[in-house]
Amino acid sequence: MIAIQIENLTKTFNKLIAVDNISLSINSGEVFGLLGPNGAGKTTTIAMLSTTLKPTSGHASVNGFDILKNEDDVRKSIGIVFQDQSLDEELTAYENMDFHGRLYRVPKKVRQTKIIELLKLVELDLKKDLLVKTFSGGMRRRLEIARGLLHEPKILFLDEPTLGLDPQTRNSLWEYIQKLNTEKGITIILTTHYMDEADRLCGRVAIIDKGKIVALDTPEKLKEEIGGEVITIKSPERDRLYSKLNELPWVNRAEHHDDSVTINLENAEKHVVDIVNLASSNGIAIGSISVHKPTLEDVFLHFTGKTMREEEFSTKDKMRMIHKMMGR
Amino acid sequence: MDIVYAIWLRNIKRYLRSKSRIVGSLGMPIFFLLVVGLGLNSVVSLPGMEQGYIGFIIPGIISMSVLFTSVFSGIQIIWDKQFGFLKETLVAPVSRLEIMLGQTFGGATTSVIQGLIILVISLFIGLEINSIAGFLIAFVFMLLIGLSFTAFGIAIASKMDDMHGFQLIMNFVIFPIFGLSGALFPITSLPPWVKFIAMLDPLTYGVEGIRYGLLGTSQINPIFSFIVLTGFTVFMVGIGAYLFRKINA
Repeated sequence: MIAIQIENLTKTFNKLIAVDNISLSINSGEVFGLLGPNGAGKTTTIAMLSTTLKPTSGHASVNGFDILKNEDDVRKSIGIVFQDQSLDEELTAYENMDFHGRLYRVPKKVRQTKIIELLKLVELDLKKDLLVKTFSGGMRRRLEIARGLLHEPKILFLDEPTLGLDPQTRNSLWEYIQKLNTEKGITIILTTHYMDEADRLCGRVAIIDKGKIVALDTPEKLKEEIGGEVITIKSPERDRLYSKLNELPWVNRAEHHDDSVTINLENAEKHVVDIVNLASSNGIAIGSISVHKPTLEDVFLHFTGKTMREEEFSTKDKMRMIHKMMGR
Repeated sequence: MDIVYAIWLRNIKRYLRSKSRIVGSLGMPIFFLLVVGLGLNSVVSLPGMEQGYIGFIIPGIISMSVLFTSVFSGIQIIWDKQFGFLKETLVAPVSRLEIMLGQTFGGATTSVIQGLIILVISLFIGLEINSIAGFLIAFVFMLLIGLSFTAFGIAIASKMDDMHGFQLIMNFVIFPIFGLSGALFPITSLPPWVKFIAMLDPLTYGVEGIRYGLLGTSQINPIFSFIVLTGFTVFMVGIGAYLFRKINA
């Protein structure tokens, strides 16, 4: 069954194209990742799918309901955890849940048992009567996830679920998310700009850059597409190193980013010595050399020609504009 | 109705929990009551007012308390916006109207409670309530002030992005509404052009209605006051609901 069907979805803010003609279909039971730098259009896409933002053009259906014609049915079918916190800090954890249950018209009896059950799931049942303002970042996130599940949605949206959390909390959150998917069979759509997060959690990922989907597959297949290994060389004289490396016969694809050059090839270990020799004979200083299997970061690099950091830098101003316009 | 109740309930819970807000917003009305009321009581004498000046301004100060609390309750939506909570309500499968009405009833309830606290304090400085009917009339007018000005606050909040404009609204809108309402002086003694402005001020009719309920006398026919204030309430709730429909989290 198809959980989400997106056809030519586009959103523009004045002249700025935030989401550019995206088409995509997500099956139920999937954990699907929208991966891309800040400002790539992930949050805008989720806002349109959750019917809080009208698309400029295109169609989408969520759980079989059209996002324009059946707004309320779409809203009932989804749970959503926003990028920024959306709890009432002056209320307790239980009261936040209770408020949500009332908003979604969950009957009182079901509500009461379900709240306790979900708070247990995220291990907050013992803190249910504490005000949310006393909670840590990780606890708040867990509470928001529990809250998003209270009305038994078929699809759960998680917008940057682990942003700003420490590694330990991230790990335990990942476990919750996996548990939700395997035990409850909920379709999960998460956006992230952490490559490791997408790699670990998602069955399939769509890599988004400047509002467009540039690649879509399982993390394994995407990495296989790059193949071999990746050598990353940091050097203060990046450009010189880059041009010298390009002259080598066994280098067919060298790229330069930030302060490093990457080469993608088979049996990379054997060529490390060649690179060092090349650098020293030309008097080029080398900061460090590393060899690793391709990650999603390399995949992103491969498809967009830029690292996530470079991309984020260039989209920062764009982001600010979107924020201003959305805030209106 | 469940949704309206849920949002009302949240407002009441937050209100009862913020002791400092309850006490803090009583400060100004009590200050007016004691300093202006008692201070001017012996030097100001109003024709036909056997309760003295302090008796005269008690309904005005009750209105003030309801006015300030209700506008503030409405404007609080800006905080919900800034702390992200508004998104939670806006993405739920409920209509904007339900959310807006819940907020309006919540704000009206808390502001009427604030008004009643002033009323109880007034009992100790000479206010006498002679009939249940009179009290109920005053109560209805307090409720109307509360509803209309919470809706007014929501309308403003729907148009504002942050709290920067709050002082501006307070100084150039809310204080003039209070000052021109006849809360502190009889409108019949005003120069004609000021009286004209006072008659345009919706709070005037609230103050006069409460005054009629509590003291049994007023300068404007209470039925006329009731009709004008009810009309204003319906109008304000309409405007508030219209603007809130377009709010973005």
